[in-house]
Amino acid sequence: MAKYLLKRVFYLLLTLFIVITVTFFLMKLLPGTPLQNQQKLSPAQQHLILKQYGLTKPIWQQYLIYVGGVFQGNFGTSFQFSDQPVSYLISSRIGPSLLLGLQAMILGVVPGILVGALGAIKKNTWVDTTTTIISILGISIPSFVLAVLLQYFLGLKLHLFPIADWGGFAYTVLPTLALAASPFADTARFTRTEMVDVLNSDYIELARAKGLSKWGVIYHHALRNSLIPVVTIIGPLAVNIMTGSMVIENIFSIPGIGEQFVKSILTNDYPTIMAVTIVYSVMLMVVLLITDIVYGIIDPRIRISGRSN
Amino acid sequence: MQSKETILDVNHLKINFNTYAGTVKAIRDVSFSLKKGETLAIVGESGSGKTVTTRSIMGLLANNAVVAGGSIQFHGQDVLKMSQKQLEGLRGAKIAQIFQDPMTSLDPTMRIGRQIAEPLIIHKGVKKEKAMAQALEMMKLVGITDAENRINDYPHQFSGGMRQRIVIAIALINYPEILIADEPTTALDVTIQAQILDLMRELQDKISTSIIFITHDLGVVAGMADRVAVMYAGKIVEYGTVDEIFYNPKHPYTWGLLSSMPTLDTHGDELASIPGTPPDLLDPPKGDAFAPRNPYALKIDTEQEPPFFKVSDTHYAATWLLHPDAPKVTPPEQIIERQKKFAVMQKEAEAKEQHRIEEEEEQQ
Repeated sequence: MAKYLLKRVFYLLLTLFIVITVTFFLMKLLPGTPLQNQQKLSPAQQHLILKQYGLTKPIWQQYLIYVGGVFQGNFGTSFQFSDQPVSYLISSRIGPSLLLGLQAMILGVVPGILVGALGAIKKNTWVDTTTTIISILGISIPSFVLAVLLQYFLGLKLHLFPIADWGGFAYTVLPTLALAASPFADTARFTRTEMVDVLNSDYIELARAKGLSKWGVIYHHALRNSLIPVVTIIGPLAVNIMTGSMVIENIFSIPGIGEQFVKSILTNDYPTIMAVTIVYSVMLMVVLLITDIVYGIIDPRIRISGRSN
Repeated sequence: MQSKETILDVNHLKINFNTYAGTVKAIRDVSFSLKKGETLAIVGESGSGKTVTTRSIMGLLANNAVVAGGSIQFHGQDVLKMSQKQLEGLRGAKIAQIFQDPMTSLDPTMRIGRQIAEPLIIHKGVKKEKAMAQALEMMKLVGITDAENRINDYPHQFSGGMRQRIVIAIALINYPEILIADEPTTALDVTIQAQILDLMRELQDKISTSIIFITHDLGVVAGMADRVAVMYAGKIVEYGTVDEIFYNPKHPYTWGLLSSMPTLDTHGDELASIPGTPPDLLDPPKGDAFAPRNPYALKIDTEQEPPFFKVSDTHYAATWLLHPDAPKVTPPEQIIERQKKFAVMQKEAEAKEQHRIEEEEEQQ
């Protein structure tokens, strides 16, 4: 297991290096400079500032300097907020993003599994139809539309939750709901399909022939086997939530890294774009690593430290 | 054999399935009985209703199945009238089942020891450690080598033959009175088939269970069964002891089945087959369902269903050919040879019996 983890961490770093390289050059292809909104500055002044930040050097030199910095833990300073280190910018903003993401993940996946399983167990009844309609709605309504609807009805009309801004738990409710809708729908749909398959399988037939009750069969044999494939979609769901958060954080004015990311792209704030990309990549890869480990725990067929090794 | 107690009695069972296309009459008046300790083979091609019959005994019919008539008496109680709870108490305790494909009939994520012990825990409330100890005994009984070390393995770590042994262990852990084996060797290699059949025979002696053996493979039946029932299109068309069915068959469908089975003394280049396909049970034909495929069909076969005609005390066949007024027909060559063999066998048996009596007399 330790050997496996070590290998995975090595691959993680390798992937990260590739991500950094690709993002760096893609970013340089973006039109404009960090000073594009500063028309009052004369070209000479602009050149001076760019030179100060090392942006007049050839791109390959800039790349080497950047990568060298990253290896020493130096992510540079933000262009946008004068002389704020990017590492500080991110660490002060990652809290709300992580909290929202985790809440949305739990609120999406757990009820998604339950609703999906219920739909499969009550297949072709009104329960199944209702849960299917809910999940189709969840998939087809974009999170930003849902966000606005939630703000209007639950915030503006019913005064149940604050419409925007960041304070206590109440402020997290609407953005979490908006973010969780799509993972919920995906999980429910996927779980239903898997569970229907599993309930038709031979080993469920055998479990019934053993004399287990209907719910005994589901609890002891069907649920775990249906969840194995569901675990595989957690990675894509995490991506879904991360990209969703960029929009949602903007709509709800949440001081998270998603909002920061959008701002930094609009202003060509190179060091911040790079840093947020790295943070997102690391988060995704950690989620994938955890998924793989969990997968091995619930499915003995692909357990990592097999006897054969 | 005759003197033994009847434990299962299926009477005029009729089962329909409601489908979008209409009502499928899957079981059309099936009756048979099972005695303690005997093996009854139900033979027939796919779709003849073998599996539906056994599912109704287990109370495991699909949701769209309707019992249109008949009863299944088990110790004087009608299984068809039992509540879900009563059925759960029956399944895996009194009546157990072995399935066709051992590769898919075990839960891939549960350790096999636990899977074998499960029926004990459900039905007898046995504590987990004790149940596991019994599971281990059962694993040894069904011939799983190195059982102590393998009890915590998962199904994917076993071969097909070993998995079928595990399925048998699950079925037998509660020493059921009836074991339903639904094509238990169809998915296995021929050599493994023989091993599993040997094991089933051996275990039947040890735990004295009755077996209902479902198969489409007559070759398997010969060595396994005491009695054979031949099913066609949701009906039993002929039943008798294994020798009667194999060597003195009366129904043209049984003739067809036996002729299409290669034997060591099969002559000619071509293997016989039964032409045509089974009838559509959405709209079963009038008269004998086998008539359209039957080269020996009489006119009456298309008009009236044949009743059972008695051949011997244990042997009945539903074909108009046995009616006293029916014209004499010559069965296929292979069947005539079988009948000749049957006559020789009977003589041999008589001679053997005579010999045995003489020996006994001499010893005295």
